[in-house]
Amino acid sequence: MTIIEISCVEVWQEVSNYLDGGAAPDLRLRMEEHFKNCEHCTAILDGTRNIIHLVGDERAFEVPQWLSESLKTWLEGKLGG
Amino acid sequence: MCVRPDAIIINQILSLQRRIGILDLVPEISGQGLRRRIEWSRCLAARIEAWKAMQKKASTQSTAISSRLEMRSPEAEIALIERVCAGEKHLFYDLICPYERSVYLLAYSLLRNQADAAEVIQQAFLKAFCDLTNFRRESKFRTWLIQIAINEAKLKLRKERKAFYESIDEQQKANDGKVFPKDFADWREIPSESLERAELRQALQRAIGSLEPIYREVFVLRDVEELSISETARILGISEASVKTRLLRARLQMRDALAPGFDGAWRIGDSVWKKTRPW
Repeated sequence: MTIIEISCVEVWQEVSNYLDGGAAPDLRLRMEEHFKNCEHCTAILDGTRNIIHLVGDERAFEVPQWLSESLKTWLEGKLGG
Repeated sequence: MCVRPDAIIINQILSLQRRIGILDLVPEISGQGLRRRIEWSRCLAARIEAWKAMQKKASTQSTAISSRLEMRSPEAEIALIERVCAGEKHLFYDLICPYERSVYLLAYSLLRNQADAAEVIQQAFLKAFCDLTNFRRESKFRTWLIQIAINEAKLKLRKERKAFYESIDEQQKANDGKVFPKDFADWREIPSESLERAELRQALQRAIGSLEPIYREVFVLRDVEELSISETARILGISEASVKTRLLRARLQMRDALAPGFDGAWRIGDSVWKKTRPW
């Protein structure tokens, strides 16, 4: 099977969709072939994947410790609970 | 070997050094008299105990919240909603408690201010309570809450920072054309363990804050809140294609923002990128 080459610019436009599993199978195949031979696009793919992974981690963001108590008290006051 | 009490305490302190950021005080006590060193050691030990107690409390709270979330089935959630609607108002906090963190993070990401975010989530939850009888089960309760919170956050921005938010309306018209990454250099993965470091958390917050609002809201809903493309589109009232385009732009900008290393470890020397990072 011949795989039609894809340019770096096309890869950049699809990299997010690719990571979300939204790229069509033939496009996915072409991108995977491209990644094998293009360090720059692989760096972009890996970096973007890493960002998604990091921000999805619960430890990435902190919530103030006073928040729960303050919200609960406020709601009880408003709702008369 | 006889180990002096202050030496034991100092060792305890040093063993915790990587976990808390207060222990740069240790070098200050070296070279001082024994009595002074013992006083310092005791003072620091008390701080460590307080820190441990705080961590334990936070961990217990977090476990309680996550277990509530895990244990609650969709049916149980609907039952809880029905009880609140039937007049058991005191159960409302139990209903929203598992989503408090999520809604706060969304509000904070948009408003960039703790007090504003706290105010917005109060208003959002109050609105949710008032409209609870109108909640249609076509969407998840969490998605519904997020939608209310995002509307409240936008309302606050419009009221208080009109000029700032007008730029969003302009951005809505902006072209969602081709996106070009800025940094093509080799990427060394930032391990998740680095999230224990405050610098990385702050760098992530700064990077999110640097995104233009229309990209930030999509990024937060999709990658922080982990909503689907269609849920994100529905909440923001835009097409799925627009969500995808904005998400691409946001993710690449986030990558560009963090590519030089969150502590600026990458340097240019003789026009060459130095590919060493501290993790």
